[in-house]
Amino acid sequence: MAMTATNSTSTRAAPTVEQRRRMYALMTLMKLTDDRLAKGIGTGEFAAVYWPHRGQEAIAAALGVVLRPSDHLVTTYRGLHDHIGKGVPAAAIMAELLGKQTAPGEGKGGTLHLAYPEAGSMLSTGIVGAGLPVGVGLGLSARQQGLDRVVAVTFGDGATNTGSFHESLNMAAVLKVPVVFVCQNNLYAEHTAIEQTMTVASIAERSAAYAIPGVRADGNDPDESFSVLSEAVDRARSGGGPTLVELVTFRFRGHSFGDQMKYIPKEQLAAAQAKDPVPAYRQRLLESGVCAENELAQIEADAAAQVEDAVLRAIAAPDPSPDHLRDHLYADDRNTPW
Amino acid sequence: MQQRKMTMKEALNLALDQALAKSERVFLLGEDIADPGGGIVGVTAGLSTKYGHDRVIDTPISEAAIVGTAIGAALDGRIPVAEIMIMDFIGIAIDQIVNHAAKMRYMTCGRTTSPITVRVAVLSGMGTGATHSQSLEGWFMGIPGLKVVIPSSPFDAKGLLTTAIFDEDPVLFIETVKLLGTRGDVPVDEYSIPFGQANIVRSGTDVTIVTYGRGVPDSLAAATALQAEGVSAEVIDLRTLVPMDTPTILESVARTGRAVVVTHAVRFGGPGAEISALINENLIYELTAPVARVGAPFTPIPSASVLEAAHAPDPQRIAAAVRQTVGAHATTGD
Repeated sequence: MAMTATNSTSTRAAPTVEQRRRMYALMTLMKLTDDRLAKGIGTGEFAAVYWPHRGQEAIAAALGVVLRPSDHLVTTYRGLHDHIGKGVPAAAIMAELLGKQTAPGEGKGGTLHLAYPEAGSMLSTGIVGAGLPVGVGLGLSARQQGLDRVVAVTFGDGATNTGSFHESLNMAAVLKVPVVFVCQNNLYAEHTAIEQTMTVASIAERSAAYAIPGVRADGNDPDESFSVLSEAVDRARSGGGPTLVELVTFRFRGHSFGDQMKYIPKEQLAAAQAKDPVPAYRQRLLESGVCAENELAQIEADAAAQVEDAVLRAIAAPDPSPDHLRDHLYADDRNTPW
Repeated sequence: MQQRKMTMKEALNLALDQALAKSERVFLLGEDIADPGGGIVGVTAGLSTKYGHDRVIDTPISEAAIVGTAIGAALDGRIPVAEIMIMDFIGIAIDQIVNHAAKMRYMTCGRTTSPITVRVAVLSGMGTGATHSQSLEGWFMGIPGLKVVIPSSPFDAKGLLTTAIFDEDPVLFIETVKLLGTRGDVPVDEYSIPFGQANIVRSGTDVTIVTYGRGVPDSLAAATALQAEGVSAEVIDLRTLVPMDTPTILESVARTGRAVVVTHAVRFGGPGAEISALINENLIYELTAPVARVGAPFTPIPSASVLEAAHAPDPQRIAAAVRQTVGAHATTGD
């Protein structure tokens, strides 16, 4: 259930049938991407490092549907789902993870640092909390140019304990920039439970310190996530300034792939998995008559084919050449004789 | 080109003014930079009045957000000039500079870039003590992707700041407050000085003093004193530490056979170590004396004037190091 911390909502935006279909398709693509990575790395088929988003698909799918292609996204190392939602091709993501020449970063960026400005994915930061100030700057740029572009910055609960979070919310409020701060609260900051890291009842409450709207909602529910994100994005686009949106969720595969999750009580993980947002949404679409079984099956088959194709292409792609190790350091690389 | 005598502060102000006039995309942001104050030492005076508060933005005391905001705007094609009031405060913002601005182009193969300018002021010789006086340029020399610039004259300040603002890479631009009152001839129209071109500010034959920033006037004073003793010292102002004009350094030292490196940064682990190593790697068999380094002792900067004076490199210590070098014995102490 949505709960507004500092403002009241009267009219809630609800997704259309087409938007709900798109959200399910994106969630499926996100889930299968994570599953395929886990399988590929787990079996030794390929080597990669990644920070699994499995369990958090509803938020990224809703955000992807709410944002326009021209809007900007800033995400984190746990952001593959966000990139997929924003329209970054699966092939680009897989090539980046496998460190291939065909990747956007040509093997230099890696999972933590994927950027794909063609789709508006401007930055993945490897530093917790560090994306927020950059989002403020993108928002300032949009405002200075008189564009109706919105910037979404996503981050976890842990980021809200950094200085950058507080500096950025204050700066965004003061500059009144069109930025939506999207906290994907998965209840763990790396290996530490949220109860140990903050004393506030909800992260959304932190918005009150900066006199901006804050809203907390169920991040496992794509329809509800869509509603609160739509409202925040509309506010930003119409000159109403920033919003802090907290969407509560869970991550099923720990902090980084291979994490044994000894710090998560078994019952808590089992309960979260029982509320897995992907099958739950499938069930809801079926039961409400939004999608027929064969339609859903087709979405799933398409996503699986897309992921498999991306993986096979990434595996087959050439490694980057060490000859290019020093390229792209400066605009003019002749300045670096050492 | 029409020239005018002006201080370094006026030259920096004029460079910012002309950049703001030249491109709508240029904007300034930082603490207390707007009028009526126009910055703690007045470098940005008058600019908010002329260009408005959306292009000369007073910000909260939030260094990480100041630099991060600049990076985000640059990522979208703006040309931000961020100000960190005093260089010591850069610790708060260093993550944004080191992990985002400097690395963005490399990590995305040029798909995204962050060509910001970060202006910082170095206070020293003013009793401000350990956390308001540091010369930290050495930290940033070790960060690939960043450029590091330190002017020593009004002419260089204006030309180098113009280059920094419109450069396609992120630039750390260090302003030495003690030099802001230095006067010199400065072209009134816009001009730029390419990075990576050192300036031989004094020619000499016996020894090469390699320095930058505040070390330049100090070294020139030392060279003048040494001239009376029959020692001819050449003084090189590096102007930019990254990129570094190694050909000019090596050509000069090959000629004189002796080098003294002067920095206000720490001697141990400071920029002088890199410059000294560069000379040794390339010219060891042509040197007639070991390379000497003059730098700050390895202590925090003390506040009392008598202690701060004992800490900072000055013309006397530079001259002493040169005398030892010319006498073929390198200095080993501070």
